[in-house]
Amino acid sequence: MSKQAQHWEKTRNLLFVTLAIWFVFSIGIFFFATEMNASGIKPFGYPLTYWFTCQGSLGIFVILIFWFAGRQEKIDEEFGFTEREDD
Amino acid sequence: MIKGKFIDNLPKVYGIYTGGFLGFIILMAIAEQAGMSAKMIGIFFVAFTVLIYALIGYLSRTLQVDAYYVAGRQVPTVFNGMATAADWMSGASFVAMAGGIYFKGYGYMALLVGWTGGYVLVASLLAPYLRKFGCYTVPDFIGTRYGGNMARLSAVIVLTVASFTYVTAQINATGTIASVALDIPFNIAVYVGLASILMCSMLGGMRAVTWTQVAQYIVLIIAYLIPVFWISNKIGAGFFPHFMLADEVARIAELENQFGLGTIKNSAADLATVPKGLAGITKAHSDVNTTPWKFISLAVCMMAGTASLPHVMMRYFTTPSVKAARRSVGWSLFFIFLLYSSAPMLATLSKLSLMDPNLPTGIIGKSIADVQAIDWYQNWNQANLMFVSDFNGNGTLELNEFFMGGKAVVLATPEVAGLPYVISGLVAAGGMAAAMSTADGLVLAISNALSHDIYYKMINPKAETAKRLIVARVLLVIIGFAGATIAALEIQGILGSVIWAFDFAMSGLFFPLVLGVWWKRANAQGAVAGMLLGLISGSAYLIWVRNGGAGFWGVTQLTFGIVGSLVSLVSMIVVSLITKAPDSATQKMVDEVRVPSGKTVLGKQH
Repeated sequence: MSKQAQHWEKTRNLLFVTLAIWFVFSIGIFFFATEMNASGIKPFGYPLTYWFTCQGSLGIFVILIFWFAGRQEKIDEEFGFTEREDD
Repeated sequence: MIKGKFIDNLPKVYGIYTGGFLGFIILMAIAEQAGMSAKMIGIFFVAFTVLIYALIGYLSRTLQVDAYYVAGRQVPTVFNGMATAADWMSGASFVAMAGGIYFKGYGYMALLVGWTGGYVLVASLLAPYLRKFGCYTVPDFIGTRYGGNMARLSAVIVLTVASFTYVTAQINATGTIASVALDIPFNIAVYVGLASILMCSMLGGMRAVTWTQVAQYIVLIIAYLIPVFWISNKIGAGFFPHFMLADEVARIAELENQFGLGTIKNSAADLATVPKGLAGITKAHSDVNTTPWKFISLAVCMMAGTASLPHVMMRYFTTPSVKAARRSVGWSLFFIFLLYSSAPMLATLSKLSLMDPNLPTGIIGKSIADVQAIDWYQNWNQANLMFVSDFNGNGTLELNEFFMGGKAVVLATPEVAGLPYVISGLVAAGGMAAAMSTADGLVLAISNALSHDIYYKMINPKAETAKRLIVARVLLVIIGFAGATIAALEIQGILGSVIWAFDFAMSGLFFPLVLGVWWKRANAQGAVAGMLLGLISGSAYLIWVRNGGAGFWGVTQLTFGIVGSLVSLVSMIVVSLITKAPDSATQKMVDEVRVPSGKTVLGKQH
């Protein structure tokens, strides 16, 4: 497999992991909205579903993007595809 | 004071700017104490900030193509994040979002999840690859990746439909705020708003819009956060509201029960006496009040729409590198998060201030005559944003007898909570900044697509730089005036048309953009079919449902993008597979896009 194909395979795998996490917190958990609110788990004292829609999911997305960017930079570095500063 | 290049001094320049703005707020507060009228304070706030933006727009004027279209591709990561946040957060986010949460609770918060979750798609599926491509506009990517004028033209059509739907709402919002703050009639205020928008973008294109958007973000975030923190501290709810309002949320649920929320219904005859546009509290504050599918379908539409709206995507064409584009998406969402996570807190504080009989501001349970005598009630009643009526004739204000407009949550809460008027002036300036920055991005996205993709790429490829930039500016003014003219007619509400814009963009552009990077076999015929059939089927579904059609799968006029984008996906795959595969040059181009290093696919000047 060429270097480029390997790079793309790793990039694609990272995409799948990222989208899986994204799916859980943007779509998946809201199938169970009623159950979550009734669960008695209360981050900062807020009802659970309410907290996810106010802060939880939103904050997880911010962290997820920075994590994704860091991982992708590592992959690019590994294959020598990092941009030069003067590009 | 400032030496060297502007770009190297950004933190210093915007640091001084922020300090200056805070100083201005203090100055206004002193002027208020000295007896300056509320009206003058409002005028000063709006006029002063708009003049600053116009000055930045003038200083950023340019005669270079790549500065005009992509700000010279040298906007640093964090600053591009701020500019994108301002570009993104419209008048609707600023003025209407907290109100939506206040009235509709959980069902509305699908928009919060959707409008943030979409950025994960932007970062992972699109932004870095489009940056590597080196395009000036979104149709520029579609036109080059798929080849042929038909693909380019289809992309321009989808872009124009989606962005134009959106921009009329923004110009409408600038007009509303300008008319209130400057005390002029709405149909004149719309053109005052338009003039301010054009001053920011006409001379410097993307470069000017970038640096004004950063300035506008600073104003809007200060204007949103100060009241939230102030009110929270004032009523003793906690010094950091985001982590400390759990007791208040629980208290609202308790009061909802006590006041009989949901058990006491108003008769249709009573409701007919309530002024149009005002609503009462009918939904529980923190309970799940909608079905999973309703919530999820709306969130999905907003997420896919986020990833397809050209005025957001083109912000990532301005970063210095692919790596910077990726990180910049993270910063954008961080800056958006600061405001979006505060909106539910503002809704909570606003509701509690009005509902809780233990607070001096609480009005539910007081006598109607007392409430009608309160100063702020009279002001906002006059502005047609508040209304009480003694339906059951017991002389006491019940929860179901109090009505408010959606905008009042942001605009009136500072006054209700007893904050000085200077804060209300600040909020007006923030709303103006939010609406202007989004309108600027949208008007520029449309006029750039028309000038670069239609005029330069299709009509006159030999046009010189000077001529291209003149055409771009003339189109900018025309689009602006067209938007303002339609805004002055006041056809739809602000929020409804914003949501439609997302559905239009999702119907036509989402899959053609994503598959352009992630599926090599996608070809021009498939992309054209995807864009046009997606847009047409989405629009047809909207028209059908608007005219009393039953719809299917629970898809409403707010989520018609689901139908449009599915048609787009299927037609794009089918048509691509039954026609010829893209040639080897195109396949090589896609390979190149997938690698961050090396030159952009399109040349630096094209």
